[in-house]
Amino acid sequence: MKKHGKTMLVINAEGVLEKPLVRDLRERGAQGWTVTEVHGANLEGVREGAWEADRTIEMKIICDEAVADAIAAHVLATYAPHYSVALWFTPVQVLRPERY
Amino acid sequence: MIDVVVFFFLLGVFARLVKSDLRLPEALYETLSIYLLLAIGLKGGIELSKQPLAALAPQVLACMALGFVIPFALYPLARALRLSGVDAAALVAHYGSVSVVTFAVATAALTRQGIAYESHAALWVAVMEAPGLVAGILLARWSLRDADRGRRTDWGSLAHDVLFGKSVLLLLGGLLIGAVAGEAGTAPIKAVFIDPFKGVLALFLLELGLVAGGRLAEVRRFGPAVLVIGLAAPPLLALAGAATGWALGLSTGGVALLATLAASASYIAAPTAMRIAVPQANAALSITAALGITFPFNIVVGIPMYIELARWLERIGA
Repeated sequence: MKKHGKTMLVINAEGVLEKPLVRDLRERGAQGWTVTEVHGANLEGVREGAWEADRTIEMKIICDEAVADAIAAHVLATYAPHYSVALWFTPVQVLRPERY
Repeated sequence: MIDVVVFFFLLGVFARLVKSDLRLPEALYETLSIYLLLAIGLKGGIELSKQPLAALAPQVLACMALGFVIPFALYPLARALRLSGVDAAALVAHYGSVSVVTFAVATAALTRQGIAYESHAALWVAVMEAPGLVAGILLARWSLRDADRGRRTDWGSLAHDVLFGKSVLLLLGGLLIGAVAGEAGTAPIKAVFIDPFKGVLALFLLELGLVAGGRLAEVRRFGPAVLVIGLAAPPLLALAGAATGWALGLSTGGVALLATLAASASYIAAPTAMRIAVPQANAALSITAALGITFPFNIVVGIPMYIELARWLERIGA
């Protein structure tokens, strides 16, 4: 089976950022993403998602490395100074590269 | 005598303080909040269908003005307590906006005591959500005028989020459905939306007790400023709300409700709106004051005080 290399960018962020992040992903060429609600802790404290203004999301975006880099650079510059965000990259293999 | 729903709130706080594993499923919390908003709207709408809409215009305008003015009145107090300009602005926005659940507890208390109130009061809640947020954002922009030159508030997107957000949409939607369908039209759904209201409110307060209990531990982190604002703002704002209600010629229950709304602080719409519009502000500080201090204060101590205040105003007015 032929596999193709892509990059998965994972962004953990405050729930209020979902809308602006989705807009940013689109503008930078991402073709698809998955959003799930999560809870946990980071350096700034516990984010338990106890009520709707306290949600935390995890976004997974599989795309070309250049797109992932552009998105990550934008998130770092725009949101990281004032919001709680975490980002990481993972190499992944996909079967239909045109979908990403 | 404390209203029975308040005991559920206290149980939630207790469960949290003793680190119980009690937690309501997220989906249930969502369902209960949708139910409460719709039920409050519907109940108001049914009464709204019985009266001329034009007569409500002064009330609506006064409520919006009250919500808008509160942050400006409270801002100097927050600054005097040494909060930074932007933190103070975000915090006072929470007080300019309102808490629907605090309102619901006040209506339950009035009903139990047999005190009449304007049944369309849900309309006041709906129109009081946004003005305080706008005022808070204006204050924040002003406080950041040098440091933040060039940053613009996306008012269009913010207006969309507030006006079409869950709470205003469901409140106004419920009001409209109730007003159009009237008493006869809503009779078939009464068994779901009207009768079990208080039981659902009790369950929701259990959940909010768990959340508020979690914030109590944060109070120590922010020091006396948050405690002072959280406890001093509600009675002061209740006076302004009661005076407005009295000037509008509202019933005793209506005065108590407007006092409660003025005294209440938003912990859903405001944190979300402020986080987007004023990211520099410390969100945990505002939510600790609004949800950790003011909400429990209003539920347990404030509402009975505001009802007494309304009664007193009725006595001296008569």
